[in-house]
Amino acid sequence: MATRPLPKEPKSEPKKPQIVEKPRTNDWTKPAAVAIPKEGYFTLEKGRYGPVFPRTPANYGFSVVAKVKPGREQAIRDYGKTIEEAVKGAPHVLAPLQLHYLRWILFDVGSGLHFMYQGIFDTDFDKYIEDAIELFNKTGITTVFTNLEGWPENWRTNVPAVSKFFREHQCPSFLEYGEYPYVSAHEVRKALTLKAAFSNMLDQMQ
Amino acid sequence: MESPALELDDIQHFLISRPPARTARYEFLTFRQPMAGRKWLSGIVDKVGIATQVGSNEPDSRWVSVAFTWNGLRALAVNEQSLDTFPEEFRQGMAARAEMLGTTGANHPQHWRGGLASPNLHAIVVLFARNVAERERCRVEHEKYLSECAGVEVLSSLDMEAIPPFTYAKEHFGYRDRLSQPVIEGTGDQTTPGSGPPIKAGEFFLGYPDEFDAQPALPQPEVLSRNGSYLAYLRLEEHVGEFRDFLRQHGETREEQELIAAKLMGRWRSGAPLTLAPQKDDPQLGADMQRTNNFDYGTMDPHGYGCPVGSHIRRMNPRDTGENVKRRKMIRRGGTYGPPLPEGAPEDFVERGIAAFVGCASLVRQFEFAMNVWVNDPKFKDLDNERDPFVGTQDGTFDMTIPKRPIRKTIKGLPAFTTVRGGAYFFLPGIRALRYLATLEDRSGC
Repeated sequence: MATRPLPKEPKSEPKKPQIVEKPRTNDWTKPAAVAIPKEGYFTLEKGRYGPVFPRTPANYGFSVVAKVKPGREQAIRDYGKTIEEAVKGAPHVLAPLQLHYLRWILFDVGSGLHFMYQGIFDTDFDKYIEDAIELFNKTGITTVFTNLEGWPENWRTNVPAVSKFFREHQCPSFLEYGEYPYVSAHEVRKALTLKAAFSNMLDQMQ
Repeated sequence: MESPALELDDIQHFLISRPPARTARYEFLTFRQPMAGRKWLSGIVDKVGIATQVGSNEPDSRWVSVAFTWNGLRALAVNEQSLDTFPEEFRQGMAARAEMLGTTGANHPQHWRGGLASPNLHAIVVLFARNVAERERCRVEHEKYLSECAGVEVLSSLDMEAIPPFTYAKEHFGYRDRLSQPVIEGTGDQTTPGSGPPIKAGEFFLGYPDEFDAQPALPQPEVLSRNGSYLAYLRLEEHVGEFRDFLRQHGETREEQELIAAKLMGRWRSGAPLTLAPQKDDPQLGADMQRTNNFDYGTMDPHGYGCPVGSHIRRMNPRDTGENVKRRKMIRRGGTYGPPLPEGAPEDFVERGIAAFVGCASLVRQFEFAMNVWVNDPKFKDLDNERDPFVGTQDGTFDMTIPKRPIRKTIKGLPAFTTVRGGAYFFLPGIRALRYLATLEDRSGC
C-alpha cells in the first residue's frame, strides 16, 4: 500500500479552532451522530445568562460534574429516594424540566468523591432556569446541589450565580448520537398515545 | 411572609395606575455634562407624578415620569462602585442584547430610529396629557426649560395619540387593548375573574418581597434603588396595510377574515377571547371585564381548537398552561402613535404603531424571558417553527398553526406585521432616589 507523507503544519501560525458544520436535518428516520467542538457549541449564540448549548441528535443535555462536600455522600444517595417518592406521588412533578432521562452518578477516580448530574432534555437550560429553581424549591431536589462544592449559598435569589455554577461544571460532550434524532419527549408521548389508540381500536373491531 | 406596605409617597405613579390621558409625549434626552443633567433633574423632580396622587381626584391634566439608562446614571456621575451593583442586563442595555431578545434582521438595533441604540441615550421623560392642547403646552414649557439647561439635549421625541373611539383602548390593527393587566398586592385594586390573585409588589418594585418571598439584593446605595423599577421600552411599527392584505388573502368573506385575525391574536378584535367565543364574535363579552378574562387553557381549550397555542395572547400569558407564571408578570404602559389608516385606504407608508413600556423588577427574568421564550422561541410549547405573529421577529420563514377539526390549517411563511423601530432599558427611580441623583456630588471634575 502506497503511503503519502502527512502535510506539514505551519509552525508560525497558531492553530485555528475547528469549524464544525452544525447539522441541519431533523429527519428522525435517519440515525445521526455529531461531533461537538471543545467549547460545547458550534457558534456563539447568546442566551440570557450565557452561551446557548446546541441541540444535537440526542437533544439538549447536561453532564454536570462537581465535587461532593466531605461527608455528604449518604445525603446525596438519600435524595435519590426523595426524587423517587416525589415522582411516585406526583408523576408530572418534573415536567417543567422537559426531561427525557436523568442519571445521577457518584464516583471517585482518586481526586475525591464527585457527583454527576446527567440529564437529556428538550430545550436549552438557559430558557427555563428560573422554572428549574422554582421546582427545586418545591421538591427538595436542590438539596443534592447544596451538597456540592461551589453551589451558591444564595441560589434562591441569585439566578445568574446558579447559571454560572451549571456552566462552570458542565462537561460538554464531544460526540452525541441519536437512533431517532431530534425527537422530543412530547413527540414520543404523542406517537405512543396514537399507537395505543390504534391498538385499542383494532382490538374493538375484532 | 406578610408584605410591608407600599411606600406610595416614594413611588412614581407610572406603574401604579393609568391616568385618564388621551395623548402622551416621550422625550429621549442626553446629558453632555453631569452637572447639567443634575440641574435639569432638580428643576423637574417636583413635577414628577407620585403614586399617592393616583385616584386622589386631583384636577391634574398631565402626569410626568422620569427614568434613566445605565449610561444615564453614569452621566449623572453615579460612582462606578454603585453602577457595578446594577444587574448585567441593565448595564448592557437592550441594544446589546438584541441577538438573545430576537430583535434581529429588520428589527436589529442598527435600524432603530431616534438614537435609541446610542450610548448617548441617558434619560426619558414620559408625559401623559389629558388632551393634545395640554400636551402642547407642556412640550413648549419643557422646551423653554431645556433652553435654560445648557448641556441637556433632546435626542428624539415621539408623540402618542389614542385611536378613536376613545371609549376603550384600541391599537392600529383594530384590536381592543389593555384587557389583561396584573394587579399589584397592596394597592387595593381588585382582580377580575380569571386573572389570578394579586401579584407581590416585589415583582415590580425593588425592596419588597417577591413571589418567592425573597428580597433580592438591591443595587447600591439603597436610597437610589428602593421603590424603583426597571422599564423595557419598545417602539413597534404596525404595518396595517400589510396586515389587511394578509387577511384578504386568507379569508374570502369578512367573517373568514375576522376569524383569521382572531386566531392570530387569540381574541376577536372586539376583545372577546376565542376560548369563550370560538365560533363567532361576541362584542359584549369582549367589553365585559368581569367575563373577558375568565378562562383557562388546560381544561377549556387544551389543544388550541379555540385559541391556537401560537396565538399572541396564549404566548404572552399562558395562564394555567405555563410554569411559574407569577414570576413572569409585567405591567404594560404606553399607547399608540401615528395616524390611524382608514378602513379601505391603501398603505400610505406613514409610520404608526405602539410605543410601550413593560415595568418589572427583573429585566432578565421577566421581560427578556418573555422575548426570548414566549415571543421568539420557534419551539414554544412543542410548536415546530413559529414565533409570536405580532411581536415576534418574522421574516417570511415562520409559520402559524391553527388547530382545527378534522385537519389543522398551517399558514406558511407568515409576513412581518410589525417592525421594532427602537428600544431601551430604563431604571425608574423612586422620588427620594430622584432627589438623591439631583444632589449627587460631582466626582467627575466637570
